[in-house]
Amino acid sequence: MKNMRIDRRSFLKVSALGGGGAMLALYVKPMAAQFGPQVPPLATNYIKIAADGTVTIMAKNPEVGQGIKTMLPMLIAEELDADWKKVKVEQTDFDDTKYAGQIAGGSTATPTNWTPMRQVGAAGRAMLITAAAQTWSVPEGEITTDSGKVLHKASNRSMDYGQLASKLDSIKPPALNTLKLKDASEYKIIGHTQQGRDTHDIATGKPIFAIDMMRPGMLYACFQKCGVFGGKVVSANLDEIKQMPGVKDAFVIERPVPAGDVLPGDPGLENGIAIVADTWWQAQTARKKLQVTWDDGKWGTAEQSSTAFAQKADQLSKQAPMKTIRADGDADGTLKSAAKVVEGAYSYPFIAHAPLEPQGCTAEFKDGKCEIWTNSQIPAAGRGLVAQALGLKPTDVHLNMLHGGGGFGRRLTNDYMVEAAYISKQVGAPVKLLWSREDDMAHDYYRPGAFQFLKAGLDSSGKIVAWRNHFVSYGEMKGDNVQFASAAAMGPTEFPQRFVPNYALHTSVMPLGIRTGSLRAPSSNAFAFVIQSFIDELAHAAGKDPVQFRMDLLNSAQALPAPSPEAGRGGRGGFGFPGLSPERMKGVLQLVAEKSDWGKRRLPKGTGMGVAFHYSHLGYFAEVAEVKVESGTKVKVSKVWVAADIGSQIINPGFAENLTHGAVIDGMSELMDQEITVDKGRVVQTNFHQHKLVRLTQAPPEIEVHWLKSNNNPTGLGEPALPPILPAIANAIFSATGKRVRSLPLSKSGFSWA
Amino acid sequence: MAFKLNVNGRSATVDVPADTPLLWVVRDILNLKATKYGCGIGQCGACTVHLNGRAVRSCQTPVSAVGNQPVTTLEGLSAEGTHPVQLAWQEIDVPQCGYCQVGQMMSAAALLAKNNKPSDKDIDSAMNGNLCRCGTYLRIRQAVHKAAEITNNASARAVQTASVNK
Repeated sequence: MKNMRIDRRSFLKVSALGGGGAMLALYVKPMAAQFGPQVPPLATNYIKIAADGTVTIMAKNPEVGQGIKTMLPMLIAEELDADWKKVKVEQTDFDDTKYAGQIAGGSTATPTNWTPMRQVGAAGRAMLITAAAQTWSVPEGEITTDSGKVLHKASNRSMDYGQLASKLDSIKPPALNTLKLKDASEYKIIGHTQQGRDTHDIATGKPIFAIDMMRPGMLYACFQKCGVFGGKVVSANLDEIKQMPGVKDAFVIERPVPAGDVLPGDPGLENGIAIVADTWWQAQTARKKLQVTWDDGKWGTAEQSSTAFAQKADQLSKQAPMKTIRADGDADGTLKSAAKVVEGAYSYPFIAHAPLEPQGCTAEFKDGKCEIWTNSQIPAAGRGLVAQALGLKPTDVHLNMLHGGGGFGRRLTNDYMVEAAYISKQVGAPVKLLWSREDDMAHDYYRPGAFQFLKAGLDSSGKIVAWRNHFVSYGEMKGDNVQFASAAAMGPTEFPQRFVPNYALHTSVMPLGIRTGSLRAPSSNAFAFVIQSFIDELAHAAGKDPVQFRMDLLNSAQALPAPSPEAGRGGRGGFGFPGLSPERMKGVLQLVAEKSDWGKRRLPKGTGMGVAFHYSHLGYFAEVAEVKVESGTKVKVSKVWVAADIGSQIINPGFAENLTHGAVIDGMSELMDQEITVDKGRVVQTNFHQHKLVRLTQAPPEIEVHWLKSNNNPTGLGEPALPPILPAIANAIFSATGKRVRSLPLSKSGFSWA
Repeated sequence: MAFKLNVNGRSATVDVPADTPLLWVVRDILNLKATKYGCGIGQCGACTVHLNGRAVRSCQTPVSAVGNQPVTTLEGLSAEGTHPVQLAWQEIDVPQCGYCQVGQMMSAAALLAKNNKPSDKDIDSAMNGNLCRCGTYLRIRQAVHKAAEITNNASARAVQTASVNK
């Protein structure tokens, strides 16, 4: 077996640049070490109890709509035995001396915080018990708690937590590993739906988002970049721009352009023109009068076009692959002798994140320090980039964490934070930088497109005996090693590796002059479509029921090898976690088949059901879609069933359901309409009319979510719920129409929502 | 150029270029931040406000086109969150990121003002112009129905009270 070697140095380099996406996609260090506590959590940094009984719990992670600001405090409050109705939740600043893992990425917050946050709560409760024991002069063992009260049953005495507030300062928090945590049967907060802690502010339009930030004397900025990455300004009519109403300054920023055939994850500051004005509309109006001569640099060539990529990929597929990532058994030999061979050329495009709150940030540089108000998903990396660009120590950059209007991975890159900070320093005033939607579409870190040329062999009983994938992606060969563009890799344990005896994964790569990065469920959001569609093709070729065929496949698992660094991606589990557990996946597949009455209902003509499963970010998801296709092309998703195993607890069930609905609908947008195309290094699409989101009338009227609670620690949800919906719907369309679509988005093959 | 506006029942004079979208006037001049910028081309609905009771995209409404028509932003529905749509949005706990929800609520409020028993079809046509990037549409639909229920219960109570007082 040949394995791809991941160069440790290249990881270090990429992560130092702050490419959270690249870091998530590449590195194999155990997750706990990567995101887990760097500073051990101290209860007093998380819990404040006031004399009036108010319990304030600090929420340390970036909130971008994934519900973390409610969920992490729930864990603390549960073990603190607080009265949730009296708990106040406060967002922390970025502070790595107090808080670990302040990141929204990789669906990691639940697994990494599940134990430490409960321990923090338990430590707070232990301190309250100590204080009560001292007050009443009774043994600690006789004291219990109940929703914000300490009780001494023997003497029938009780006190509110608030009455002990003044005593807590003198009590040392106990060591976390000495604390006994509650049995799940005692939970009063975990597992019970709690309203989002920002819901009231959202319903009343409070200025909680980064875009709402105001500072005294604040100016507004926009930043014009070249459409081609790295393109720089040759000349511009800045004198004229500076005369426009309200404009305070306009200047060129020039930075070195990185070498190489692909672009780094997060370059920080880039070439462009900053326009600073009294209001954003004035800055934006002035920008429309800009006349710039750009030097496009090396990426503005015809080869850097979507049509050229497709042609080149087709050529590469016919040649020997540049690199073999994995070869178990003899796939090519087995394909020659297989009873049936099925081939499929799959592809999917670049897509944009486009969170609804456009990229923006407020920064205030003053007296050699910089204060920032940001919605970054990875503030640590942003702080590093700002420090580097402004020549400051990281500790002289202070980040306030504001509510993000969506993230989806876009805010794992901090380009706009660095721009705001740099512009503030230049003009000597607080600056709110706001990108237009057009800036956002043109300068994203796109989900990388790719091409997968698949070939599989079935034996006479219909079992998959060989699987070969030539994965044509973006990157460059460095000697014998391939360096993929950010988030554009495929690992050596991608499904169905370990489930097929003869498995070959080869790759070839093309240079790429647009930036790529992690989009919600990176890799998985595309791989699931390819793999689970192709498995469906094989099921039909074998004449088997698609659910049964998948069960048979999951039953053919080989034992997992002992963990090695190279096996670290663990079948898309990632982060050094063990690979896919066939038992857990069979569980959700069985459940979704039962709930959807799979194979038991007679469907009218033009209606079909499709199934798919996918494992990512430690989550097990199987999904069934029922679709009605009118006139052969107009698709209505009438119902979706989701079955999920993300461990023993669904911490905030109501929100979890909402988030799962959202993942299904988000996946539908990716399936039907979204595509970013490139023309001579420039992105063609400019706004939502060309990069469409599912609308209310197109959403399924019903999405059933079923949790299969297993005896495993809870894991994340935001990402793993998404990938299976794309192939589930595509497979349902096949079932309804006989049309197999192998290229995304479906709209290119004439489909649309009904 | 000076424009005299009536926003949330208060009169305000703003001195801005005539082509300034109402969105940026309410956000950056009047400091009413509920109304959001999402696309700038009338595609997403995050900037929805009421102009003379109609839901309009404030990013596509130049301040010069407002005249003396009353403008209502979410802040004008109720600052405490007691308008039926705000109550319903909280009870159903609609938001994920929440960025689109002000626009959603403004579209819903305009619908309910003229139709207090909207069918799913009515909701479709009133709300389809509002994008939700997080995909909370199932809850949005549920919340519009809930808001209608709250509105109707409140008016039923008002009728009762009125007849008792007779």
